[in-house]
Amino acid sequence: MAELVQAPGIVVVRQRQKAVARTAAIGGRVLALVVLVAGAVAFVFPLLWMLSTSLKDLSEVFTVPPIWIPHALHFDNYPRSLTYFPFPLYLRNTLIVVMPSVIGTVVSSALPAYGFSRLRWPGRDVVFTVLLATLLIPTWTTLIPVYVLFARMHWTGTFLPLIVPNFFGSAFYIFLLRQFFLRQPQELIDAARIDGSSHLGVFARIILPLSKPALAVVVLFSFMDGWKDFFGPLIYLDNQDLYTLSIGLYSFQSQHTTDWTALMAASLMVLSPMIVLFFLTQRTFVEGITFTGLRG
Amino acid sequence: MSKTQRGEMLLGVLFISPWLIGFIWFNLYPIVASIYYSFTSFHVIETPQWVGLNNFVTLAQDDLFWTSLFNTAYYIVGSVPLDLLAALFFAVLLNLRVPLRDLLRTCYYIPTVVPTVASAILWIMLFNTHGGIINETLGVFRIPEIPWLSSPNWAMPALILLSVWGIGSPVIIFLAGLQDVSTTLYEAAHLDGAGPLQTFWHVTVPMVSPVILFNGVLGIIGAAQVFVVPYIMTAGGPLNATLVYGIELFQNAFVYYKMGYASAMAWILFLVVFGLTVVSLQVSRRYVHYE
Repeated sequence: MAELVQAPGIVVVRQRQKAVARTAAIGGRVLALVVLVAGAVAFVFPLLWMLSTSLKDLSEVFTVPPIWIPHALHFDNYPRSLTYFPFPLYLRNTLIVVMPSVIGTVVSSALPAYGFSRLRWPGRDVVFTVLLATLLIPTWTTLIPVYVLFARMHWTGTFLPLIVPNFFGSAFYIFLLRQFFLRQPQELIDAARIDGSSHLGVFARIILPLSKPALAVVVLFSFMDGWKDFFGPLIYLDNQDLYTLSIGLYSFQSQHTTDWTALMAASLMVLSPMIVLFFLTQRTFVEGITFTGLRG
Repeated sequence: MSKTQRGEMLLGVLFISPWLIGFIWFNLYPIVASIYYSFTSFHVIETPQWVGLNNFVTLAQDDLFWTSLFNTAYYIVGSVPLDLLAALFFAVLLNLRVPLRDLLRTCYYIPTVVPTVASAILWIMLFNTHGGIINETLGVFRIPEIPWLSSPNWAMPALILLSVWGIGSPVIIFLAGLQDVSTTLYEAAHLDGAGPLQTFWHVTVPMVSPVILFNGVLGIIGAAQVFVVPYIMTAGGPLNATLVYGIELFQNAFVYYKMGYASAMAWILFLVVFGLTVVSLQVSRRYVHYE
């Protein structure tokens, strides 16, 4: 209101200040965009370089100055890498491990998530705190006794240590699903209970169908984790015929350290399904990460 | 406990039983067992022999143990603050109304979907001293070739720099945190005449401080356990410059099969990580702002 009685000159000054501020804001945003684009290029560039190298002649890999785009496209690097790196076999092994693992993770995480969100029982919150605390335990601490146990069961050298643990709930996914289950309307559950439905019925017929987006996140993340896992296969698998993609790629690299074009071709074959999957499911991805704030 | 309470309890335990069995099998039993193992000596399937404090005494005199502890501390101190800063920096920029925002966000996230083995192999090539693309790019600015992975002085800085490539998840988590900051706070700061930097320090940082703490604690826990990237890229070398705790533990457990000795190492790691988490939470009390 005060501005109405101010001299016209002051209003002009105000307007000029506003204009300056607006220009500064636009300038700032342009600067931000330039920095962001530069950063984005730096983040994506290594992958483009991988693609470019996979199509080069070996003599073009470390040239000075660098060759950005190969003179001739050497697609033959791909079949050549397959002679050292049996992709179909490793793919099959990876899927044999990952498929049951994903199913196990979903089932064995969804049931406890229901127990931690939709059931009231004495001690529930204490137990849930314990579950969250397990997320902070370093893998190294529990690794040796688990390994010794599997060795004594004669499970080392088989897929079992990579698959079976996934059937016993993952604290991370239980937490994720619990947060989602908590948001479902209690009225629906009450109504179903009054109609005589058991908790297992409520879980299967009401909660699960309503939680498809969260279940999709679990399927996606656990699939990718299984695909990318290197450490499990490294310590549990010793037979090359059982190698998964990650450990197979490592084994290829340790035997042909300098065959960069074939190595990049093989890396790209291991990586591209993840990239495709990511682009197909980007929304689910971002939701999953922001939803839990837990992904490292 | 009343009868209904007992019924509820039974039902609850039934629902959580998959996790409960897993908890006992893969957490509780291993933690107890690894305490016991750390006072023994054995090779995987033999019966552990009690050796008292021997493992810990040997560790205290083991140069490689201290080297690996130092290298891991170096890696944590170098990578955690750098990654946090970079993630917050890019998240703040991505939170502005700039064109192509979704595409840009994707670019920062995409390295996280790359299997670690593939990215480790890729970066060995990028870090190559002569003709590697990083040195070639630096060469444009007249910076002489840096022997990244072949020099004991540069190998760890190389791994720390590489860790920035994986900040996609913290960026997204920060972005979510930033979107929760109320615009009225920014308007108030603007009316009080605060510039962009002042607004950042006095509004943005306090408001996202819980997220900084969260990403920081997760970052420390992750960095303390780092293994795959140095294992593949440098195998702990050159001259043990990147021999991190994880590699040393792995060597003892799965190359020499000194399971008792490795368990002692695992327990020390547990205490260190636990200590760091508690300290971070304590320190943060003074700085973290909860609404």
